[in-house]
Amino acid sequence: MENTLQIRVIYFAKLRDLIGLDEEIFSMEEGDDPSDVLASIKKKHKIDVGANFKIAVNDEFSKWDIKLNNGDRLVFIPPVTGG
Amino acid sequence: MKEFKITSNLIDSQTIGESSSIGARSVFEGTVRDNNDGHNVKKLEYECYEPLAIKEGNIILSEAIEKFGLIDAFCTHRIGTLEVGETAVIVVATSGHRDEAFKGCRYIIDEVKCRVPIWKKEHYQDGETEWLKGAG
Repeated sequence: MENTLQIRVIYFAKLRDLIGLDEEIFSMEEGDDPSDVLASIKKKHKIDVGANFKIAVNDEFSKWDIKLNNGDRLVFIPPVTGG
Repeated sequence: MKEFKITSNLIDSQTIGESSSIGARSVFEGTVRDNNDGHNVKKLEYECYEPLAIKEGNIILSEAIEKFGLIDAFCTHRIGTLEVGETAVIVVATSGHRDEAFKGCRYIIDEVKCRVPIWKKEHYQDGETEWLKGAG
C-alpha cells in the first residue's frame, strides 16, 4: 500500500448538494492529479460536472495536472457567485 | 491599510475604513434584491470556502491599491442567510482624489464577484431553491 495516496476532498455549494456529503476520502495512486480525483468522483456518484470548475490544493489555487501527495486536501470550485 | 473579511453578522458600512484622513472615500454596497431572472426572491444563502476566499480577497485588494494608488481598501462579504434588503457585500476604497477611489472600488467588486470562492443560493417565494450558475 506504499503507493496509495489518501486524498481528502471537501465539497461546497451545488457540488455538496449533488453529492450529499461535506467531504470524503479517495484512495488514489502515486502520480495521480486532481483531474483523476474528479474522474473518480464522477464515476462514484454518477454525476457529470467539472467542465468549468477550478481546483484548490491545500487552500491554494492549483493546476489540474499537479501531482498529488498523500494527505492533500482538494476543493473543486464551481463558478463563483458572490457579491 | 487593507482588510478582506468574511462575516456572519450584519454589515454596518459606517464602521469600515472610518479613520483615514483622505480626500475621497468611495463605498459600494451590494444588497439582497427581491427578484432575479423572473423569480420572486425570499432570501439568499451565501456559502464560502473561507481560507481561499480570504487569500484571494486580499490579493484583489493589493492589486487595487497598486493599480489605482489607493490609500485604503476594504471588503467585507456576508455569509449565511440574508433577508431582502440586507447588505451582502461592502467595498470601501479611499484615495487622495475621487477618480482613483471610484475606479478602485469598481475594480474590487468586479474582481471579487468573479474570483473569490463564495456561492449564493436563492430561496424563492414559491419554496423552490437554486444555486446560481455563475459566469464560469
